[in-house]
Amino acid sequence: MTKSQKKQQLNIKMLPKTPTGISGLDEITDGGLPMGRPTLICGEAGCGKTLMSLEFIVRGATTYNEPGVFMAFEEKAEELAMNVASLGFDLQKLQEQNKVRLDHVHIDRSEIEETGEYDLEGLFIRLGYAIDSIGAKRVVLDTLENLFSGLSNQTILRAELRRLFGFLKDKGVTAIITGERGEGTSLTRQGLEEYVSDCVILLDHRVINQISTRRLRVVKYRGSQHGTNEYPFLIDEDGISVLPVTSLRLEKDVSSERIPSGIPALDEMLGGHGFFKGSSVLVSGTAGTGKTSIAAYFANETCSQKKKCMYFAFEESPNQIIRNMQSINVNLKQYVDNGLLKFHASRPTLYGLEMHLVSIYKLIKQFRPDAVILDPITNLITVGSVSEVKSMLVRLIDFLQEEQITVMFTALSLNTIVSEQTDEGVSSLVDAWLLVRDIEANGERNRGMYIMKSRGMKHSNQVREFIITDKGLDLVDVYLGPEGVLTGSAREAQKLKEKTGVALRDFALSRKDKEIMRKRKMLEAKISNLQAEFESTEEELNKIYIEEDLKQQIIEKNRDEITKMRRGFEPETKIRRKK
Amino acid sequence: MEEEVINYELRLYIAGKTAKSVTALANLKKYCEEHLKGQYTIEVIDLLVKPQLAEGDQIFAIPTLVRKVPEPIRKIIGDLSNEEKVLVGLNIRPR
Repeated sequence: MTKSQKKQQLNIKMLPKTPTGISGLDEITDGGLPMGRPTLICGEAGCGKTLMSLEFIVRGATTYNEPGVFMAFEEKAEELAMNVASLGFDLQKLQEQNKVRLDHVHIDRSEIEETGEYDLEGLFIRLGYAIDSIGAKRVVLDTLENLFSGLSNQTILRAELRRLFGFLKDKGVTAIITGERGEGTSLTRQGLEEYVSDCVILLDHRVINQISTRRLRVVKYRGSQHGTNEYPFLIDEDGISVLPVTSLRLEKDVSSERIPSGIPALDEMLGGHGFFKGSSVLVSGTAGTGKTSIAAYFANETCSQKKKCMYFAFEESPNQIIRNMQSINVNLKQYVDNGLLKFHASRPTLYGLEMHLVSIYKLIKQFRPDAVILDPITNLITVGSVSEVKSMLVRLIDFLQEEQITVMFTALSLNTIVSEQTDEGVSSLVDAWLLVRDIEANGERNRGMYIMKSRGMKHSNQVREFIITDKGLDLVDVYLGPEGVLTGSAREAQKLKEKTGVALRDFALSRKDKEIMRKRKMLEAKISNLQAEFESTEEELNKIYIEEDLKQQIIEKNRDEITKMRRGFEPETKIRRKK
Repeated sequence: MEEEVINYELRLYIAGKTAKSVTALANLKKYCEEHLKGQYTIEVIDLLVKPQLAEGDQIFAIPTLVRKVPEPIRKIIGDLSNEEKVLVGLNIRPR
């Protein structure tokens, strides 16, 4: 007794806690349930009280090496063991190892007659014996309220219950007591909460729009801080998972690594490198604008770099997507086959948002992808209100950013809204937002794409025309002509028109060129004519000159001859002298 | 009558010699002497000594009187101060 008193004194100082081992619950309660004190878990039928308390025992035995006693007032031990076998809890084995002890307290009013004074010492002894026999640190009483239906003397019961909680505290065990939710505002039918005042957890199972969601709320927790919100939780093959709505801090690692989108022209618009790793990208647009194609391109690109990609499809089946994407020359099948790409298709209405979120969490944890695609998030709105979807996506983005996973959402926006805000209101959460929209003109519909925002990088402000062909996706500059922005066939027409203009001009130019050539030839001919004329004239002149010269020579020669003949000199010398 | 020769096997569970268990035992002996003279056995089990026996008979209240034979098993909890109820409960006197 002194030992447990010492323990309690220690409790007052720092309130030690017993981790439950239930994923998420320990985060909410900041470490677990109050150690050595009873905790009340209450809720309506079928909201998971028994399972949660049993998981507390099993996790304690398997993970924390704290043996536990489960005292069941409702189900038999074998039934319990069978019920939780589907969750992978082997109660039989744990019992054999003396880590868990199940005790079924059977109370049947028809077998019992009450006469005179009694107390519940028998229960105490049983519990005490069970605790001592395995050295239990954890105890669950499920559901104490059955005592009230089995016994009629309420006065005794209430007094004994008070004694029971005192007994549990003295034993120094961390206890969970479950109770049915009462009418109106009371937490339990029999007012158990007045005995258990340290920690009260309320479970709730609500059906909204035909989809049920389980929620958990820590109503009170003395001497400790705790999350006060309602947290959705799930029961699946691994037990209970509670999801904190938002992580409390905004402290995430960021990467400046860039990853390409798969469309080179789009990367060009995003400053040449694509998205940031670990960022969130929203592709929104009206119906049939190619959102899924962009997503498939992104998946294809990611896989082609030997990175893993997870594709959550809420609209089409994987095979449908693979087939459809083949038409734009994207072969996703090869990546599915070699395990780089994983599809997970589910109808949004299959289960509630929380279940979706948890299944996404789990699959991501298992597959560890580098990129995740959710196509489209708009469909989730059918299973939750806008604020619910938003809070789910916030959590998802938080989670993915922590894991450094790039995520691409596609969202359908309605024509009536001018896409300033998507339905889910996630636009403020995402890092990059691509908008694909229809441009309707001249009796045809074309796609235009622009970047609404892209945090932390230079990005183009241009509207590009977004073309989908059998060869794939591409972005082309829209035509900015004198008649305004032109797309589609109008753009082509304008291009043709320009081409014609060029041809005509070319023709005109070449005609002029030819004329010039001809003129030049003519002039050149003239020039050569004149040249010839000049040469002949010159020749004429030269001829006269030579003739004259010759004449002169002959005359001189003749004269010398005559002189020689007259004087009888030697003609040679005279000629030489003269020269 | 055949019913008269049925042997009653009764078990009284107590936890230490408390006032309630002493009263219950005294009452039980008194009724048995009166109504079942010579055809009953009473076994008193002190759970403080043998706590492991509590589970077998589904004992949670103290004192509890269990009629093991004749079948079906019947339980009476309390100090057995109401004779009428005890006799009805043990099926000694028809309801």
